[in-house]
Amino acid sequence: MPGSKAELRWWSYLITAVAIFGLWHLVAVILDSIALPTPLTALSAFISGLKEGLISHSLISTLRIVYGIALAFSLAVPIGLVSHETRVDKFVAPFIYLLYPIPHIVLLPVIILLFGIGDLSKIIIIAMIVFFQILVTTRDASRNVSGNYIYPMLSLGASRKEIYKHVILPACVPKILTAMRISVGTSIAVLFFVESFATTRGLGYLIMDAWSRANYPDLYAAIVTMALLGFSIYVVLDQVEKRVCRWVYV
Amino acid sequence: MIEAKSLTKTYPDGTGALHDVTFDIRDGESCSVIGPSGCGKTTLLLIFSGILKPTEGKALIEGEDVTASLKELALIFQDYGLFPWKTVYENASLGLELRGFGKRERKRIVSALLKDLDLQGFEKYYPKQLSGGMQQRVAFARALALNPRILLMDEPLSSLDALTRENLQNFLLQLWKQKRMTMLLVTHSIEEAVFLGRKVIVLSPRPGTVIKTVDNPQMGDLDYRIKEVFFEKCREVRQNLDGGAI
Repeated sequence: MPGSKAELRWWSYLITAVAIFGLWHLVAVILDSIALPTPLTALSAFISGLKEGLISHSLISTLRIVYGIALAFSLAVPIGLVSHETRVDKFVAPFIYLLYPIPHIVLLPVIILLFGIGDLSKIIIIAMIVFFQILVTTRDASRNVSGNYIYPMLSLGASRKEIYKHVILPACVPKILTAMRISVGTSIAVLFFVESFATTRGLGYLIMDAWSRANYPDLYAAIVTMALLGFSIYVVLDQVEKRVCRWVYV
Repeated sequence: MIEAKSLTKTYPDGTGALHDVTFDIRDGESCSVIGPSGCGKTTLLLIFSGILKPTEGKALIEGEDVTASLKELALIFQDYGLFPWKTVYENASLGLELRGFGKRERKRIVSALLKDLDLQGFEKYYPKQLSGGMQQRVAFARALALNPRILLMDEPLSSLDALTRENLQNFLLQLWKQKRMTMLLVTHSIEEAVFLGRKVIVLSPRPGTVIKTVDNPQMGDLDYRIKEVFFEKCREVRQNLDGGAI
């Protein structure tokens, strides 16, 4: 029964979560340092933080990430898909080869000079970094769509547009979603970096602020919130994948 | 009428796939093409379906040059050519969808075909949930939904077990007798070629060229397989194949 299988999964996640918190508690007790409060202390700071703007800070961070990933996605996926055409790939491949390996985060000063210190430059820097992760994966996936899938379409008299709709896009969707899930981790790391200065909003700011005030429970409350943020986006993408790529899981 | 006139195909990397291949198949005739692996059999079918262009020579259907995929022609592939992301129903109705048939008409045609092919109840399954024989029947359904007058097949049964294979050979024979479509079957099984081909064209190793055309007028019955003359024909084809390999 599919129901019991899902239930089993749910339990295993719960047990893992309990184990992680247990380990944290153990280490906190052993170290006995104010730099590592127990999970319960962090939890109570988290709950009292919810009343004091933790929610609005995480909302701002969520929006920055979602906009950044959405911007990257809407540019990288179409370019990656049409790279299936050798004519297009001739331009895309060297572009990726030259620009992907360099660390884009060092362009932060330039982006800030160009777009100011507001949300826009934060979103752009997240989008820029995630763009390449999605583009590289999508491009590789579309280049690898086998001719064995194209010939049947041609023999049925399909147009180029129909080949994209029925073959190239569905064949690449699982890889695109994997790239998206990986990009969640990256975008949160970048988010922390761009929020750690020149702003007074967002979870990254909260972390830096709590750190400078040496308020460790608040620090952990913000860290846990950031972890939850990443986790929630990951879960959403996972659910999307299960729905869109049902054929992979049957 | 399908005609190959001095068909030669050399790929851009210099591989010669076909060399000066000439034959013709009359309307409603079934013809098998047999040869060692890599003798350009698949290339031949891709040329007739308008996907590849010959380097030299002509591929004619009803006296006209094949330049694009023809409406009355369907092609069935060795690895079934099904899309893993589409269900049985979606795979089977794809050809109709691409040719602009409405939803209701697609449903009518495909449901009837799936029933004929013993696939009723599997409409929502994905190809990988089916056995090889069932997958190949889905591929047949997709081709037959278009009601083609010409059916091209590229080793359609080669990855099936012997029993399933014989069942589908019987199915193909009955289909041909019923609809009298023009069939061109590429295979590397001698028995299959003789069982299903009114005419058996023997190709040489790459670049493929016609060694011999074996006439096979006694074919057409399900019990042909157990007749003496069937074994004689198989022997004749085998001798010609061996001759080409030396």
